[in-house]
Amino acid sequence: MTDTTTVLVLLDHTPDGALRAPVRELVTLARGLAGPSGVHGAWAVDGVEPSAEALADLTALGVAHVHRLVTDADVHLTAVLAEGLASLLDATGAGLLLATSSFENKEVAARLAVATGAGVVTDADALDVVDGQVVAGKTVFAGTWTTRCAITTELAVVTVKANSVAVTEAETQAAPVVGEHAFAASPAATAVRVVERTQRPDSGRPDLGSAHVVVVGGRGTEGDFSQVEELADVLGGAVGATRVATDEGWIGHDAQIGQTGVTISPRLYIGAGVSGAVHHRGGMQASGTIVAVNSDADAPIFEIADFGIVGDLRTVLPQAAAELRRLRAEG
Amino acid sequence: MCVKHVPDIQSERALGEDGRVVRDGGDGTLNELDENALEAALVLAEEHGGEVVVVTAGPDDAVDAVRKGLQMGADQAVHVVDDAIAGSDAVGTARVLAAVVRHLEADGPVDLVVTGMAGLDGLTSLLPTALAALLGRPALPLAAEVTVADGAVRVTRNLDHATEVLEAPLPALVSVTDQANEPRYPAFAGIMAARKKPVTTLTLDDLGLAPELVGAAGARTRVLEAAPRPAREDRVLLHDTGDAGVRLAAYLVEQQLA
Repeated sequence: MTDTTTVLVLLDHTPDGALRAPVRELVTLARGLAGPSGVHGAWAVDGVEPSAEALADLTALGVAHVHRLVTDADVHLTAVLAEGLASLLDATGAGLLLATSSFENKEVAARLAVATGAGVVTDADALDVVDGQVVAGKTVFAGTWTTRCAITTELAVVTVKANSVAVTEAETQAAPVVGEHAFAASPAATAVRVVERTQRPDSGRPDLGSAHVVVVGGRGTEGDFSQVEELADVLGGAVGATRVATDEGWIGHDAQIGQTGVTISPRLYIGAGVSGAVHHRGGMQASGTIVAVNSDADAPIFEIADFGIVGDLRTVLPQAAAELRRLRAEG
Repeated sequence: MCVKHVPDIQSERALGEDGRVVRDGGDGTLNELDENALEAALVLAEEHGGEVVVVTAGPDDAVDAVRKGLQMGADQAVHVVDDAIAGSDAVGTARVLAAVVRHLEADGPVDLVVTGMAGLDGLTSLLPTALAALLGRPALPLAAEVTVADGAVRVTRNLDHATEVLEAPLPALVSVTDQANEPRYPAFAGIMAARKKPVTTLTLDDLGLAPELVGAAGARTRVLEAAPRPAREDRVLLHDTGDAGVRLAAYLVEQQLA
């Protein structure tokens, strides 16, 4: 049995102190599950405090308490963050912790599983409480199977995939109570040293992992991503790439979609010159609507595409972008 | 060096009625991501000396995974076989592997535990960090580069919003991504030599591990339902005759996606 009277949400944030977009989904989910003491947020103070914008967001989303996790150690170390969250879970009595499905948060989840005995589900896309147990929905095998998984322990830790839930605001809104939760990290947690940490520059586009629209370029771009970028910008989307494109150095490795790169499930996926190799499909097959443009009619991506075009991306993409701009101008 | 025997991802995969991965298709393989880990371990052993031990836990045919490891150049292998392991979650599997590391440590120090970044079957990627936590070792997961110098291990890792360089004193644990290296193919000589290399088979009893801590008995989650996703309906495939871009735009607007 898991007591979800209080649900704790890890508030991932930007270096500017704004909430990362998928956190809004977590709070929306948490609000549906939490009891009277409501949704509590954990803000790891990594030199960055919640901005006025973040506090306004948290108010609108219905977060009751924000606990600022404060420690002398480097909270970017996932072992340190896990210790802070373990102590906060204890202090708040929360039975459920929700976090976004980032690499770091999965490390935190693994540590909490060992340290606290928590049951963990990663990459969930739905969440429910049934007969006192947290039940998480999850797609597996590259998005080809859906499962529902019950967590049988008292403490449940779930990481939730971006684009799983439509964000809604709370009916009653009040500014959250902001408090401090100080903790001391153990020597074991600080055995790892951060030698260097480089924040990736802002591309001006949405984050790949949580964007509603992703336009992906593959081998067929032959290294020219301009049409991919143009369509992404018209749609307000992010730009991704296949392993071939990143290995060729056409675009950074952080743009790689696939089983070993970023896993995405946007509302709209557009693959341009993407063949749809099994590793790539593993990272995008759970997307809402899949569009494929490829000059090879036998490309495997057409097997999973909702809307497939056999054609040259260099003419199809700019034509689509121009038409979308024209339709928008018409209003 | 831990490897996992998984169904070949190119083949059909399925969940059985018990919610576990069906592993009896006879087409299992060494997890591809573990090949990167093994390559990293072999290179470190070549540079700094030492021995590479491949470890796996799983049913009888999981031994194929460690054999591939021996063919690539590992010195010896440990295969944990025990019916009680079936149905283990990430922490259960980590407990088994942690017990193996401790077992090996009785014969000499294990400086570095190297794992793949995730199993390509369940892909929960919890295992490396859980294993490090159980062993009380520093964890440096998701290494795109790994080097060892002066008794410390240093990795570079690419996260969603940042790139980090982490360092920790040995003994430690690293998990390695597919960006780290290009795994070698076993040479004929390696395949022949592997036949003479020792594979130690251990049970939970040999490891002093209580069966209720692992397997389905120790698992903290239970699969309630599993089903293949329904096929996508109303799919459109058209050949561009000059207006495909316009038609794509119309489709996106109609679907309220633009």
